[in-house]
Amino acid sequence: MIHNQTMINQRPAPTNTIGPLAWLRANLFSGPINTLFTLIGLYVLYLLVVPTIQWAFINADWTGTTREDCSREGACWVFVKARFSQFMYGLYPRDEVWRANIVFAGFFALIAWLAIPRMPFKRWVAVLALVGFPVAAYVLLHGGYFDLPRVPTHRWGGLMLTLLLASVGMIGALPIGIVLALGRRSNMPIVKSFCVIFIEFWRGVPLITVLFMASVMLPLFLPSGISVDRLVRALIGLTLFQSAYMAEVIRGGLQAIPKGQEEAAAALGMTYWKRMGLIVMPQALKMMIPGIVNTFISLFKDTTLVMIIGLFDLLGIVQAALSDSNWLGFSIEGYVFAAFVFWIFCFSMSRYSQYLERKLNTGHKH
Amino acid sequence: MKTVRWLSISACALVPVFALADTPTLEKVQSRDSVRCGVNAAQPGFSSLDDNDQYQGLDTDICRAVAAAALGDASKVDFVPLDSVERFTALQSGEVDLLSRTTTWSSSRDTTLGLQFTGVTYYDGQAFMVASDLGVQSAEELDGAAVCTQSGTTSELNLSDYFRINDMSYDAVVFDSPEQSIAGFEAGRCDVLSSDASQLYAQRMQLADPNMAVVLPEIISKEPLGPAVRQGDDPWFNIVKWSLFAMLNAEEYGVTSENVDEMVSSENPDIARLLGQDGNYGEGMGLEADWAYNIISQVGNYAEVYERNVGADSNFKIARGLNALWKDGGIQYAPPIR
Repeated sequence: MIHNQTMINQRPAPTNTIGPLAWLRANLFSGPINTLFTLIGLYVLYLLVVPTIQWAFINADWTGTTREDCSREGACWVFVKARFSQFMYGLYPRDEVWRANIVFAGFFALIAWLAIPRMPFKRWVAVLALVGFPVAAYVLLHGGYFDLPRVPTHRWGGLMLTLLLASVGMIGALPIGIVLALGRRSNMPIVKSFCVIFIEFWRGVPLITVLFMASVMLPLFLPSGISVDRLVRALIGLTLFQSAYMAEVIRGGLQAIPKGQEEAAAALGMTYWKRMGLIVMPQALKMMIPGIVNTFISLFKDTTLVMIIGLFDLLGIVQAALSDSNWLGFSIEGYVFAAFVFWIFCFSMSRYSQYLERKLNTGHKH
Repeated sequence: MKTVRWLSISACALVPVFALADTPTLEKVQSRDSVRCGVNAAQPGFSSLDDNDQYQGLDTDICRAVAAAALGDASKVDFVPLDSVERFTALQSGEVDLLSRTTTWSSSRDTTLGLQFTGVTYYDGQAFMVASDLGVQSAEELDGAAVCTQSGTTSELNLSDYFRINDMSYDAVVFDSPEQSIAGFEAGRCDVLSSDASQLYAQRMQLADPNMAVVLPEIISKEPLGPAVRQGDDPWFNIVKWSLFAMLNAEEYGVTSENVDEMVSSENPDIARLLGQDGNYGEGMGLEADWAYNIISQVGNYAEVYERNVGADSNFKIARGLNALWKDGGIQYAPPIR
């Protein structure tokens, strides 16, 4: 009892060591030089941020449908608004856009299902996402079955095409990359040299060359009258190109697994595929997450190169819209919009990979 | 489906290309029921996408005219946007039936690329744009000026030739793209912007106030733009060539998309022949007698197409100049239909 009375009540920490003020003092104003730099930094920020906000929000024009609705004192978002469905679906017929919307909804629903840990039946959903969904998406988008009018691929475009290119590239490049990486570490000379040649060839040429070969040279080698869809050509080129990069990322991860792991598995009598599938790959893939996501993000941005072979991805359709004589001179708005959309996707991918790394933390971090 | 396609391609790739006889283009177009037309994806006034996903422009209207002549319906065109590098390959490989993509007709292109130009739809040429408050009236007053231009184009060469011939000096300010050069011009980095006239008018529209700049009358290079077809298919070549001639003749005789239905009963023998009322001049091309009627009623005559896309009715307001009919002081001239 005495104990209780003499005990000094808990007091809050001194006000100058907690709270935002203390944080400011410790981090921004801890000495004369730091204070000076903070003030200069704030001033530069002020110079940059205020005109940007004025341009993008305060002076911007949001309502209307034509060029005349823009005062040109700030950003003219009317342009983006008027072109929004074009930016999303390209030249996809307006009456058929619901098909693209269903595919979009399915795409994001499946991704959310797989990304949120609490959701059940992950395995079945993954099979659906990798097998059922692509077929359904093709049937819906392309049409020609079940009384759906056919929409040729040259009318596909905008964000829809960007997502299509990126997801096909990612889904295709990962397994091919794993096979190539394993092949490159193999002891079989033919398999090994094939993988080395394949990887070095595709890594040795720029993507733009691959796309040009696919769109300019390939048709010349084919007999006249036979033409492969340009989108298919671009998809194959993009996937093969990315799989070479993916292979090297995966090989890097495999390299980091101590040889003892595989030897121990061999000593237990496991076959090659069991050793790889149960022992090496699960450990390696966790470590490769930053590298794989890095490759995915760069692939997502590389898809803009298909513009040069006449496919309207998001950036391509924005550029095409900029040359409409009714909308000349709004290039900044168009590019800012494209940059914003790309940022949303790339940033989400990056955040998700960081979350995965934390979740799968396997004790390699120090 | 994709696999099957690839397999068939690999199989066909083994067959020597030259051994296959070409199907005539008109037959292909008719069986497909559409004309595949290679266009520029982004050339203001010549081919660009409007808010409703439709291509608009002088070049794309030429595609529509060919579709109207060959299929009787101007809307039966599949536009294929092409990059400047792949445009000729796309034509050679048969991916497109017709290339209408602001392509300059030059001897090397005409003779070495396996293609044929069918005519000139727009006489373009390099010109100068200056700020209106400079008060310059002619390019000959430009001695000592700073000139913005784009790198790696023929405009750079033409520019140095022009100033050397006229014994004037200039400072070149070189940019990579049309957007950058107009931004440099607007920011006052140079007094003069030089490029093809058609592009200058489009760049002028990108200024905050388009009236602050004027395009000078001098044209210092020849850039005749026209459609091209594959060499070796003369019937198709004739169709594309005469589609343009029909539009020019229609302008000459005063036949427009609006009055064409009255003109059908015209007594003028030239008009009667043009509209298929007197003889069948489509027969020689494998077309119906009303081929030119279809072009004019669905696309319009040359003047209508010009004014709507680049001329007085457009944002660019480019004067007809060389592109006026021969009767009006220009050099657009079409052989007669008879």
